[in-house]
Amino acid sequence: MIRILKQIFRTGIVTEPLLPEVDAEIQEVGARLKEAVGKRFSRSLTIRQVDAGSCNGCELEIHAINNPIYNCERFGIHFTASPRFADMLLVTGPVTRNMEIALRRTYNATPHPKLVVAVGDCGCNGGIFGESYASIGGINKVIPVDVVIPGCPPTPAAILNGILRAVGNR
Amino acid sequence: MSVLLDAIKAFLGTDAGCDDRCQYPSSTMFCSVPRVKFADAAKAMKKVHALLVAEWAADETPFNRGFGIYACYRWGAEYLIVKTEAPFDDPAFPTLTKKFLPAYRFERQIKSLMGVTAAGHPDSRPWIKFEDWPEDAWPLRKSFDASKPMPRVYGKYKFVKAEGEGVYEIPVGPVHAGIIEPGHFRFQAVGEDILNLEERLGYVHKGIEKKFESLAWKDGSRLAGRVSGDTTAAHSLGYCMALESMTGCRVPERAQWMRALFLERERIANHLGDLGAICNDAAFAFMLYQMSRLREIMLRTNHKLFGHRFMMDRIIPGGVAVDIDANGKEIILAELKKIAKEFNRLVTIYDQNSSLEDRVRDAGILVPDKARRLCQVGIVARASGLNLDCRTQNPFPPYDRIKVNVPVLISGDVHARAWVRVEEVRESIRIIREILNTLPSGGILSDVGDPAPDTYGFSAVEGWRGEIIYWLQSGPKGEINRCMVRDPSSVNWLGLEQAVLGNIVPDFPLCNKSFNQSYSGNDL
Ligand code: SF4
Repeated sequence: MIRILKQIFRTGIVTEPLLPEVDAEIQEVGARLKEAVGKRFSRSLTIRQVDAGSCNGCELEIHAINNPIYNCERFGIHFTASPRFADMLLVTGPVTRNMEIALRRTYNATPHPKLVVAVGDCGCNGGIFGESYASIGGINKVIPVDVVIPGCPPTPAAILNGILRAVGNR
Repeated sequence: MSVLLDAIKAFLGTDAGCDDRCQYPSSTMFCSVPRVKFADAAKAMKKVHALLVAEWAADETPFNRGFGIYACYRWGAEYLIVKTEAPFDDPAFPTLTKKFLPAYRFERQIKSLMGVTAAGHPDSRPWIKFEDWPEDAWPLRKSFDASKPMPRVYGKYKFVKAEGEGVYEIPVGPVHAGIIEPGHFRFQAVGEDILNLEERLGYVHKGIEKKFESLAWKDGSRLAGRVSGDTTAAHSLGYCMALESMTGCRVPERAQWMRALFLERERIANHLGDLGAICNDAAFAFMLYQMSRLREIMLRTNHKLFGHRFMMDRIIPGGVAVDIDANGKEIILAELKKIAKEFNRLVTIYDQNSSLEDRVRDAGILVPDKARRLCQVGIVARASGLNLDCRTQNPFPPYDRIKVNVPVLISGDVHARAWVRVEEVRESIRIIREILNTLPSGGILSDVGDPAPDTYGFSAVEGWRGEIIYWLQSGPKGEINRCMVRDPSSVNWLGLEQAVLGNIVPDFPLCNKSFNQSYSGNDL
């Protein structure tokens, strides 16, 4: 136990301020975020992540926004296991034919009003996998999308900024 | 001499036509047998304790040949590919499932995607292909138009059933509770004990193998790097090595060492993530945050030095796309020093935490004998007593000049799989230091031509999960006719099904995390 405590003290707080990746517009959004999440989502934005066919690269970076350095919880953002409790769906991948129905069901199970954010080049337009017998393409081919976050995979900062953008948009 | 070739010649005599004219690299042996002797060849392989690496089919109608069916075996450093042919109007071959268990999945997949039947296979259900696909949709056939969407038809998947008093069923997925890839698990349980687990995968089938056939050779490495995003360096290396062996391309020395550097960094980063995740599933979140912090440090260094956090598209045919300078070396050495120190501290905490130990010891045991019969590879194999590692047994450059210590444990439980990772992180740190010290000077990229028509290329690369196999075939005009990818997950998923039997349902996430197999790499 003493070792654990020592390590915790040694590590300290490593969370970094969120640097805008794209432009100044986002910085503005960032500032508005806490307010937006605070007002519109009672200070807590709950996300259900859905992998609709990704290569798993995007998932790794979504995991990273949870690490102590990006620490998405400081914005009141956290992940839930059930779409029933979700305010937002964070969807990756080109939608595969074999996931299309599951994605639609998850969307339908999420209560209104809901936000959908498509993550990665694949989520935007099918990316390298494009459209084929097995891949339907971007997320918006199956469910309505509010915000897209390009990148292969997008960096954790870009993902956070994208989420903030989606919240600030409405 | 070669154990595998000798064995097959002794058993089949002149029926085995062994020639190595068009199989590259020349160290990989190749042999063709008549269709009726295909299973006999497997028997001969079984006799000398070879392992089945992969089994696949290729549509060879562009050569006026029907279907080629291939089985790849491994014994120590040797790889032998046995080929047989089936005419187009009688697409069938004898099953190998009774001799080699992993053939069970491979053959279902061949049937589903290529429409070639393994006669005598005990299970006729589709695999990867879902029941709502039109039955005659065989995407890997040349006649299939991959650009058009397929209609949905009605169909039902028959899961294995267990009946009796108190037996109940738990379906899980495809959308899982965490931030992970989709797949479906079905448990039959009594009380808390798992009687049976059936995996049903294929949800992330993106048609990758088919997609390769529409690409130019030099573009294939980009797609290979996205077969499984967490293994991007190893997969693109596998593709590049197979291609380079076909074209006789000589990769510059420096590029080879750079490739090994990427591979080892990928290994450390993923192992760190896994160790954190395993502990988190045993309700020890402290470790998750500490490990993911170390992982983030590595990814940032990657980004700074090589321009991408996972080093995607940095390994390309003919060499690598980025170089490192003296300053870069210093940055990595300083980073490793910091990580090594903190990592050791954290491992001590892991090791001395008795409540953690209580969860990870004796959970999800895959005994060595089963691991062998299931032809497991990589971390899973090494945690179950099998000393398998392509870096030492089939050393691709520069591993022929680096000594790699391979950790092998025999308990086969969650702890063993975690501990293999611990040892490998330490070893990889040592290897990276060695690489940086010996890095030869010179160029990092040479020219790759296109392969000659009707040739085969093969490669085996040790990724962080285990052995990755690529098999390439050029068509009559020298284009990509077939690209077979075998991720370690294609075989190791079978190991998970076996390892959880008799465990309690709440321990499943922990067992699953310790395997951490790729869905995307399996479903392709
Ligand atoms: S955008 Fe890139 S990292 Fe994300 S799923 Fe697609 S290929 Fe993988």
